[in-house]
Amino acid sequence: MFENYTDSQVYLAIVLAPLIGSIIAGVFNAYISRAVAHTVTIAGVGLSFILALYVFKYFAFDGAEIYNETVYTWLVSDGIRFEIGFLIDNLTSMMLVVVSFVSLMVHLYTIGYMTDDPGYKRFFSYISLFTFSMYMLVMSNNFLQLFFGWEAVGLVSYLLIGFYYKKESAIFANMKAFLVNRVGDFGFILGIAGVLMVFNTLDYADVFAAASSHADMTIELIPGEQWSMMTVICILLFIGAMGKSAQVPLHVWLPDSMEGPTPISALIHAATMVTAGIFMVTRMSPLFELSETALTFILVIGATTALFMGFLGIIQNDIKRVVAYSTLSQLGYMTVALGASAYSAAVFHLMTHAFFKALLFLAAGSVIIGMHHIQDIRQMGGLKKYMPITYWTSLLGTLALIGFPGLSGFYSKDSIIEAVHASTIPGSTYAYYAVLAGVFITALYSLRLFFLVFHGEERMDHHTKEHLKESPWVVTVPLVLLAIPSVIIGGLTISSVLYGDYFHNVVFVQHAHDVLGHLKEEFHGPFAMILHGMTQAPFFLMAAGIATAWYLYMKNTELPGKIKSSFRLIYDILDNKYGFDAFNDKVIAGGTRGLGNILSKFGDIMIIDGFVVNGSAKSVAWFSSVIRHVQTGYLYHYAFVMILGLIGLLALVVY
Amino acid sequence: MLTLTHYLILSAIVFSISLAGVFINRKNIIILLMCVELMLLAVNTNFIAFSYYLNDTAGQVFVFFILTVAAAEAAIGLAILVVLFRNKRTINVEDLDTLKG
Repeated sequence: MFENYTDSQVYLAIVLAPLIGSIIAGVFNAYISRAVAHTVTIAGVGLSFILALYVFKYFAFDGAEIYNETVYTWLVSDGIRFEIGFLIDNLTSMMLVVVSFVSLMVHLYTIGYMTDDPGYKRFFSYISLFTFSMYMLVMSNNFLQLFFGWEAVGLVSYLLIGFYYKKESAIFANMKAFLVNRVGDFGFILGIAGVLMVFNTLDYADVFAAASSHADMTIELIPGEQWSMMTVICILLFIGAMGKSAQVPLHVWLPDSMEGPTPISALIHAATMVTAGIFMVTRMSPLFELSETALTFILVIGATTALFMGFLGIIQNDIKRVVAYSTLSQLGYMTVALGASAYSAAVFHLMTHAFFKALLFLAAGSVIIGMHHIQDIRQMGGLKKYMPITYWTSLLGTLALIGFPGLSGFYSKDSIIEAVHASTIPGSTYAYYAVLAGVFITALYSLRLFFLVFHGEERMDHHTKEHLKESPWVVTVPLVLLAIPSVIIGGLTISSVLYGDYFHNVVFVQHAHDVLGHLKEEFHGPFAMILHGMTQAPFFLMAAGIATAWYLYMKNTELPGKIKSSFRLIYDILDNKYGFDAFNDKVIAGGTRGLGNILSKFGDIMIIDGFVVNGSAKSVAWFSSVIRHVQTGYLYHYAFVMILGLIGLLALVVY
Repeated sequence: MLTLTHYLILSAIVFSISLAGVFINRKNIIILLMCVELMLLAVNTNFIAFSYYLNDTAGQVFVFFILTVAAAEAAIGLAILVVLFRNKRTINVEDLDTLKG
């Protein structure tokens, strides 16, 4: 099909197609109609999806060689090259398909969701730009371009979360997302600087090739303390990932990002942005493998996120926020997998999660359309009979999320749990119990949402009820298209992705950490895994979670209220989200503001304004007020000075 | 017998008188102008004395120049003075202190 074209032209086309669409929809906003705007952007993303499929086939089935070429050299400084280049391998090609597919679905869905919105064309421009940024991030072959994609994703997420720029809470949320991401990015750029310092190059291939020979290098950040250079670099890079992939304590922006329109929630939470951190750590596996400390750090952070963010999902009443907290929790699972050196499992879960989480978000959006933008699940209920397609697709998405045997979430999540179980690095015991408990929690909040929205009594008001109907086809078709991979993709690909050699030349794992190699011996195909899974703790925990949710929200609907009032303290802690927001508000923001006030008062107003700027002006004024008395205005004084000067000059000449 | 010294002393005296006139006079600006003229005359005396004793006529040529310039200067000075008087209604030096800082 593409034989006449060189590889780099195909890759360039993948990247540039959404960018061009975005530029047309954005820059020529005022000159084009809505139909043109969505046509060009969908055409751009559609083209890149087709090319991504082709590239995927090329790598996954034809066994292509890794492509690693520089497209453009930006500048060369002191031997360090700053370049734009593509590294395409099995990992990249898979990410390309996931990103482009979810993005395409979101584009289609947006036609239906945003019909009445005045910012229709702007929205299409943004989501195409988002897709472009994510492509740049995953296709990069060097740290600089990675950083570019990283920041571009952050920028567009800022624009999208604040899409309703007249809404106060949206502005607050996008600023929060931006600031929290800055904290992570600060760590990230320090990590890149560390890489540059140690390896003197930003190219992945060069860095990874030289990584093991620098394993014993140390750095003295605090005098007298020798730290492993690799640990420092890896933890700094991971701090960047914590910002983008929303790990505790940099997770606070993600629930607030629900202020944006629903399609971008799907895009941010499923395919772009939050997966950037997971992707990055996987890509850097040759570095992370050298530092057990960093892996433990990742493991503990991930496990904490997976469990404790799940708890918060239980008490949320906003349909999108419940799904958002489940994203946090699932990102925790992926991070745990990274910490346990099961990079393939992390990316595998990333992929399956991308499909079912995009599905859940778009289904939530479909419900929101049906409910006329009411998002409170306490006002829903019994939507099953009004929205059958949304109902069935959500059911599949929910079951995939909780890891129901046979659906894609089951394979990825069970693999992660098993991998953590098999891991021996410090912290893995805590992580194992955290992710295990997380299964129960996930089932509980997911089914709670599901029951409250689609079953039980109809709690919406009369007016809303009259207008309840299934969403138009542009909304339901993406749901159905996403439901298919949510169900089958896990079982189809687990043998090759997780236990095959799909990632053999991408992910590097030290022998001592090779938990997946360990699991491989017990793996006998997807069906055997289902049968085996049915006898394991996660399955029973999941069943218990479903049963609890059913009992609490279907059978004995009085009980949740009673539990809430008798465990007031715990409820308050959860309701305050463990106080992260309050802490950030008071200590971080308040402290920064206080420091700023002090600096402004003493540094700016007193020293710079008072002493330097006004001070110099004042001293000039004072000096001149003294010296002006010399100018008497009387001619004879001037004449006298002239004569004195003449005498002085004469004296100088004569003697 | 008149020697160079006599001339120089004379011109020094004339110069000093005119200088004193510039400093001491606080009343009339016309006297100021006259003192300046007197200074030039003292200088001229010097020029002529040296020219005679050194047998160099260049000094006398200079005197002509100075006289010419002095005449022009006096004319302009008086003209300015007239304008000044029209504006300020005074030629009292004490009152002319617009340059005061």
